[in-house]
Amino acid sequence: MSAADSSGTERGAAETLPNSLRAGPDPRGRFGIFGGRFVAETLMPLVLELDAAYAAAKADPAFRTELDYYLKDYVGRPSPLWFARRLTEELGGARIYMKREELNHTGSHKLNNVMGQILLARRMGRSRIVAETGAGQHGVATATVCALFGLKCTIYMGATDVERQKPNVFRMRLLGAEVVAVTSGAGTLKDAMNEAMRDWVTNVRDTYFLVGTVAGPHPYPQMVRDFQSVIGDETRVQMQEAEGRLPDVIVAAIGGGSNAMGIFHPFLDDPSVRLVGVEAAGRGLDSGETAASILRGRPGVLHGNRTYLLQDEDGQIDEAHSISAGLDYPGIGPEHSWLAEIGRVEYVGATDDQALAAFQLCTRTEGIIPALEAAHALAHVAVIAPTLSPETLLVVNISGRGDKDIFTVAAHLGVTL
Amino acid sequence: MSRIARRFAALKAQGRGALIPYLQACDPDYDTSLALLRAMPGAGADLIEVGVPFSDPSADGPTIQLAARRGLKAGASMVRVLEMVARFREDDADTPIILMGYLNPIEAYGHARFCADAARVGVDGLIVVDMPPEEADLLDGPAWAAGLDIIRLVAPTTDDARLPMVCGSASGFIYYVSITGVTGTRTASSDELAAALPRLRAATDLPVAIGFGIRSPEQAAAAVRAADAAVVASALIATLEDSLDEEGRATPDTLPRVLAQLSDLAKAVRSAR
Repeated sequence: MSAADSSGTERGAAETLPNSLRAGPDPRGRFGIFGGRFVAETLMPLVLELDAAYAAAKADPAFRTELDYYLKDYVGRPSPLWFARRLTEELGGARIYMKREELNHTGSHKLNNVMGQILLARRMGRSRIVAETGAGQHGVATATVCALFGLKCTIYMGATDVERQKPNVFRMRLLGAEVVAVTSGAGTLKDAMNEAMRDWVTNVRDTYFLVGTVAGPHPYPQMVRDFQSVIGDETRVQMQEAEGRLPDVIVAAIGGGSNAMGIFHPFLDDPSVRLVGVEAAGRGLDSGETAASILRGRPGVLHGNRTYLLQDEDGQIDEAHSISAGLDYPGIGPEHSWLAEIGRVEYVGATDDQALAAFQLCTRTEGIIPALEAAHALAHVAVIAPTLSPETLLVVNISGRGDKDIFTVAAHLGVTL
Repeated sequence: MSRIARRFAALKAQGRGALIPYLQACDPDYDTSLALLRAMPGAGADLIEVGVPFSDPSADGPTIQLAARRGLKAGASMVRVLEMVARFREDDADTPIILMGYLNPIEAYGHARFCADAARVGVDGLIVVDMPPEEADLLDGPAWAAGLDIIRLVAPTTDDARLPMVCGSASGFIYYVSITGVTGTRTASSDELAAALPRLRAATDLPVAIGFGIRSPEQAAAAVRAADAAVVASALIATLEDSLDEEGRATPDTLPRVLAQLSDLAKAVRSAR
């Protein structure tokens, strides 16, 4: 499996223990049976080229130096680890810390990954960027760096999402991106992903596909994880400074799974740290309207990787449902599927209603309006924090800010803006 | 010798190339689709590709996407697709049938069970769009055991370093994706084809079919002058789509129009060389 096959040849793997859970994927891009490169032959040479280019960039100290520069002075890292005193008092249990990814430039964790990939795309000489987006956070982050570097940018977004995330669509257009509303299927993230792949296969010579989450063909799941791991690396140092020890519980929301993987990965080899991924249960795990791929899906192949998918018995992919456009996806990153199977990470669900309640709770007690995605993580914190001792150190990843969601939330609360 | 190999050998002896039309199973409904499948050999089909509808056809253009949606709406499933092939085989023992689609419906059916059932009903080969040779280990074994040909795709981006590996594990024929792009969009120029074919011929002795972007009889003729077979998909489906009524149902025009177009393509292919 991962540890045996990766053989420590890549930089980074050498820093981990021989039996580390952090050593994956193997050279085929597999985490256990998950991952891989299930793409059309036209794309296969590109995926292999990307793998080689990423390996070269990782081994080049100049790439790291350049990325660090942009992360500090453009993205605004490190993001704070905030002790949420009033939320802790309100819930009455674990000491709750918030990893403030919503304070990054563009308002979410997405820029961590996008910054890394855009520097790679530039190294590879690509002049045009395509990306998929659900809530629009990844699309905005991508459009932002394309503006920064003067690159052509096309963002595919499901027509349903274009409608429910209008502020982000306007932002992307202001940033100079072309936003294409995808009308096939239910017009959500899955359909945007299909259309972005069609664009990529058509424009292979000059186009870089900037994937926004820890999914897709290898090396995307690994690469996006690596770029997002800055979240967990910082959390580790910051919690040591604040409390003199590691956190006991880390909670993060999961759509494709990039913010969760980013904060989990640096702690995978610390068995004392309980890791909890919160899937969007939508109208309920058994309502048939859910986005909980691990809890209600089974392994299959879609969008370049083998992973847990919501699908029918014939292997047709189901439409996901979540109040949060960013979690509205019937799959999940393959490393999460593996971590679920080996039991290292617990996966639970939070419903639309729980997320709405947590959205308001966080806003009212901390003065922080979280993205609806992060509100799912907060919803689970509201469930478990009261059951934990006051000595328990709990970190919740606030993956994005909720300004983009106020229209959706207002509509659900019966308020007309 | 497999049905596919026999067919290509027979055509080679006649000195002509093959026409391979494509239809999407259950588009717009099971009965129409089966009737079309049964009528295709009479209209000049030498081999037939049967598309297995998938919810997320990420390598297909709008025409086949819509066909897949119609097929799924009409109740297509892998079981129904195999049933359709079985019905076809009741009165055609010679025309090779190739299933073309995406991996997930095969995984859901189970690799070994799928290959055994497909071979039993008379399927001859498989084209799995999102399964490059590197990821074919789970399917190749059961397919070979069942006597199914695994038809590999080669693209303009497939470089010389990769080509021998791709061709080395192929059987039946090589499907040359003549453009970078999705189905039913751009057409490769004859210069592009002329440049691509020697590279392929040097890498394989298998017949080569050209697909993606062949729409007209002239283009089909050019394809069989350059290679061994021409695949026509979106152009036929566009005709089918155009023949449907406002609710997307088949009309009395549906079969005659698609078959007339197929006959024109076949005439061009048969007189191309």
